[in-house]
Amino acid sequence: MHEVVIAGIGQTRVGEHWEMSIRELAGTAIEAVLKDAPGIQPEALYVGNMLAATLSRQSQLGSLIADYAGLENVEATTVEAGGASGAMALRVAYLAVASGAIEAALVLGVEKLSDQLPGETEAAFATNLDADFEAVHGLTMTAQAAMLMRRYLHEYDVPQDGFAGFAVNAHANGAGNPNAMFQRAIKPETYARAGMVAEPLNMFDVAPPADGAAALLLTRPDLLPDDFEHSPVYIGGSSVVTDKLALHNRENPLNLEAARLSVERACAQADIQPKDADLFELFDAYSIYSALSLEAAGLAEAGQGWQLAQNGGIGIDGELPVTTFGGLKARGNPGGATGVYQAIEATLQLRHKAGDNQVPGAKTALIQSLGGPGSTAITHVLQSYPSDA
Amino acid sequence: MDIARHWRLKKHRYALQTENQAEAVLAVVGPSSNGHKPHLEEQVAQPETITGEIYSFATVFEAPEGYQEFAPYPVAMVRLDDGSLITAQLTDVDLDDVEIGMPVEMVTRKLRSTVEDRGMLVYGYKFRPMLRQ
Repeated sequence: MHEVVIAGIGQTRVGEHWEMSIRELAGTAIEAVLKDAPGIQPEALYVGNMLAATLSRQSQLGSLIADYAGLENVEATTVEAGGASGAMALRVAYLAVASGAIEAALVLGVEKLSDQLPGETEAAFATNLDADFEAVHGLTMTAQAAMLMRRYLHEYDVPQDGFAGFAVNAHANGAGNPNAMFQRAIKPETYARAGMVAEPLNMFDVAPPADGAAALLLTRPDLLPDDFEHSPVYIGGSSVVTDKLALHNRENPLNLEAARLSVERACAQADIQPKDADLFELFDAYSIYSALSLEAAGLAEAGQGWQLAQNGGIGIDGELPVTTFGGLKARGNPGGATGVYQAIEATLQLRHKAGDNQVPGAKTALIQSLGGPGSTAITHVLQSYPSDA
Repeated sequence: MDIARHWRLKKHRYALQTENQAEAVLAVVGPSSNGHKPHLEEQVAQPETITGEIYSFATVFEAPEGYQEFAPYPVAMVRLDDGSLITAQLTDVDLDDVEIGMPVEMVTRKLRSTVEDRGMLVYGYKFRPMLRQ
């Protein structure tokens, strides 16, 4: 296996882009990534997308976007793993480059969620659930997360505002991210006063669905141009693990087993422990997932993940910075594009180009995306140094 | 058109067929649980009421298409008496009365109506507070 580096990054702001189609969003991100890493010609394009076939009535994004971006005759396809689609596209591109089959690959995450009315969008999101045994009962992703959070509060006797720290941290970090959907910090009192979306989830426990596109350019370090201007970011570990799709089929729904295994395997490949990471871009589509992901990663005991968010422990200067550019909660939740945004944000940290959001001395980042409630879990370890260093 | 799809699932949804053994109960909640597909036709239906208790629940306010006529409606994960979990809507209950641990029993109710399938009504299981102790 060859060493693989992230050579270039490009992104659009996350938000409601009424004026842009899915191809225009994609084209904007690709234009940005090619500008960030000039002199590297991609041979392949892997598109992470969750719902274009439903909400944009568009399949074959590979062909559509390659053509629109002027990438004539490249290998291109769509990769789908629910909310982890972007991370899955990164995984596919990583394997392609690491194997030597492809010398340079574009990873694109793109999602257009603002074109349809809420009922249709909810139904589309519900396709992430087991259609025959969950979605047919009218279950939604939000209601499923609410059930998990209610059970968590019940089992571990957590106070109602116990999750406030995740939202407060996300919005504080979103304030320093010019590409975030929400760029204003909030106070704990704001969280406490927020209206319920699906009790016990309030509006600050739920990440806002939004449009966005983000792109990476992967290659081998020996193929970087002589005048390459960035510090290369190495992919030290990469792991995809699946769990039972229907949440009720799991032995303990509060255990994100796939998330646990994917962290374990990615870290083993990178020869690190999860606690060695300088930051963790976790998948906070709902704040309950933040707590469960921290526990699955072994960074907190079962039932104690929420406590890490207390007293600034997950802030930029905290013991374990998480969602350093706002996460899904403040940057916004661009569906299947999320994993690519996470990789960009970690890359900025490792390049030491994160501005006010810079984690001091960051060398190793853990990024994780979840499809559904951890039905698919994808973890990558990004490092500012090669694996043999 | 999902007519054939709903027809395939009729034993789960319409006849409320399940069995005493945990393995067979999995047929109700999905065929993927233990890596093989149970053979429904080989299983013996039990006429008794299927009961359990609420593991967790939530209320859906922003409903998907096809379910908006029911909103707001409660959904739950129910721990059946044999230990398996199942996802379903709750019915015949005030939202304010629902709580974790509430004993419930399975009933047949309309799950949704579909415009695109010529007004086909989809029936299946829901759970209501247990009437018989």
